[in-house]
Amino acid sequence: MADNSAQKYWKANIKIVLSLLSVWFFISFGCGILFVDALDNIRFGGFKLGFWIAQQGSIFVFVGLIFAYIHLMDKLDDKFKLESSNASDTETGGDSE
Amino acid sequence: MSVQVWTYAFVILTFGLYIGIAIWSRASSTKEFYVAGGNVPPLANGMATAADWMSAASFISMAGLIAFLGRDGAFYLMGWTGGYVLLALLLAPYLRKFGKFTVPDFIGDRYYSRTARLIAVFCAIVISFVYVCGQMQGAGIVFSRFLEVDITIGVIIGMGIVFFYAVMGGMKGITYTQVAQYCVLIFAFMVPAIFISILMTGQFIPQIGFGSELLDGSGFLLDRLDGLSQELGFPTYTDGHRSTQDVFFITAALMFGTAGLPHVIIRFFTVPNVRDARKSAGYALVFIAILYTTAPAVSAFAKTNLINTVNNIEYTAVPEWFTKWETTNLIVFDDKNGDGRIQYVGDPEINELQVNRDIMVLANPEIAGLPNWVVALVAAGALAAALSTAAGLLLVISTSVAHDFLKRSFMPGITEKQELRYARISIFVAVLVAGYFGINPPAYVAQVVAFAFGLAAASFFPAIVMGIFYKRMNREGAIAGMLAGFGFTAMYIIYFRFINPAADNAENWWFGISPEGIGSLGTMANLAVAYTVAKFTPAPPLEVQKIVEDIRLPSET
Repeated sequence: MADNSAQKYWKANIKIVLSLLSVWFFISFGCGILFVDALDNIRFGGFKLGFWIAQQGSIFVFVGLIFAYIHLMDKLDDKFKLESSNASDTETGGDSE
Repeated sequence: MSVQVWTYAFVILTFGLYIGIAIWSRASSTKEFYVAGGNVPPLANGMATAADWMSAASFISMAGLIAFLGRDGAFYLMGWTGGYVLLALLLAPYLRKFGKFTVPDFIGDRYYSRTARLIAVFCAIVISFVYVCGQMQGAGIVFSRFLEVDITIGVIIGMGIVFFYAVMGGMKGITYTQVAQYCVLIFAFMVPAIFISILMTGQFIPQIGFGSELLDGSGFLLDRLDGLSQELGFPTYTDGHRSTQDVFFITAALMFGTAGLPHVIIRFFTVPNVRDARKSAGYALVFIAILYTTAPAVSAFAKTNLINTVNNIEYTAVPEWFTKWETTNLIVFDDKNGDGRIQYVGDPEINELQVNRDIMVLANPEIAGLPNWVVALVAAGALAAALSTAAGLLLVISTSVAHDFLKRSFMPGITEKQELRYARISIFVAVLVAGYFGINPPAYVAQVVAFAFGLAAASFFPAIVMGIFYKRMNREGAIAGMLAGFGFTAMYIIYFRFINPAADNAENWWFGISPEGIGSLGTMANLAVAYTVAKFTPAPPLEVQKIVEDIRLPSET
């Protein structure tokens, strides 16, 4: 493949990674640690919001972030057609002997 | 049937399963031994990674730690799950594309240097070894408490099982036993949690019960727990009590460390391609999150239950579990005012009850009065957690010695058959040494396990990330960075924990960062030193830059 398209691919990849990591940072270090006391003034059900994000919510967001990454990268790979043609074969045939 | 009989039944059943899997999945080549042939389906790898990752500490100790830390316990929860975001986005896909067997493989090839490879071997062995001793010790404790066998015999049985499937099957045997162990441990963790959630809040899902009203009409669980804590003079459960910067840096150290632990990283070498590496990181975190979002709920349930059950009752009227755990010294009652009642309060002068944090998981089902078979599950689950992690760590030690140290550094001429033999011999030796330390635990093992994260954070994580994202990073920079990061972190920890423990308090810590959190400063030190040194030394050779360009593109070669 041309160097140019490889560079474009890498740039797009970096953009995806950086935007997802900024959410990661905002939720965990921001909401879960730095602003936790302010968020604790908001309540829902039996939870204070800051406490809930620190002990539960952030983990759900982490899971969401990885699946967003999987989805975005798969789309990016398809766009640049970088996956090998046999990738789908090995996926289904992965059941070891 | 009694708890004891149920426990034996579960343990024998699960061990039989692991042995069966070991016989089915013998390894015949180094590729099978090191990376399970490279064809593990992503879902299976996700489960195996979850079991690999969740150790005796996650299963037995974490909920208890949180129960006594309150909101601050979040650094374990966020640190040990948030690291997977880094792993999935910054490391796993690229290392899979690189397509070798071990972490020192990557460091050695990317930094074209035997010295760098040997430093990586050293770090991998130190980190894994410290960690594996803790697992063996955990297995021994479970055996002695639940099956009432001697700790020594318990450790030997555990060693025997791990030895059997790790030596025979290598990564292949370990992978498929870990899948089984994940199922066992998550079942054993969730069943008691669901039971307790239903009993206390009427909610089937513990994560929801955590934020629900108690059935006894005393309001929301967390409000009730805050109220009880205040009444008895304990710190408020849902407030923070550690300094914000310490929580911040501990969380960061645990995240970077999680992403840099070699036994977790190598799991991503076992899937067929880059797409599957990304996918299995997602599955792994889902499987981990099931336990990690349940744990804080268990902490709150158990703490409330414990206070309600034991505070201010007559010592002669304590429930059966109380006396049982007293014999193991995990609960210690000292009737200071001689009134025959238990005072469980925050003030150390009048508090009469010492509760070990492990009780929160180990005795939780008994405290809540759950059926015998549920109580018995805990032992099988804890053993699955300890053994699965131990096996993954032993494999790292074995590949580091046989592959990186012998084959790639000093004996390049050995055949595959010889290499495989050396790999098996080194696993054998590692099991024996780990077993020895499991039986005769050095006093510092429990403390040091947490520091394995700091060391992984300060050595591997920055070296690997820069190796992928900064093409200009060269041999000199990476070596200087790893030495600086590892050295700084190790010295800070050794100083405060062993040389001058009296000074181990917030006043003397740098920037108020405790030794648990210093790994994140170590990461920064590594990055800064590596970047500066690389600026003043020659760029890496063209063929190495070609490797970097190549791992950035996911196409299979």
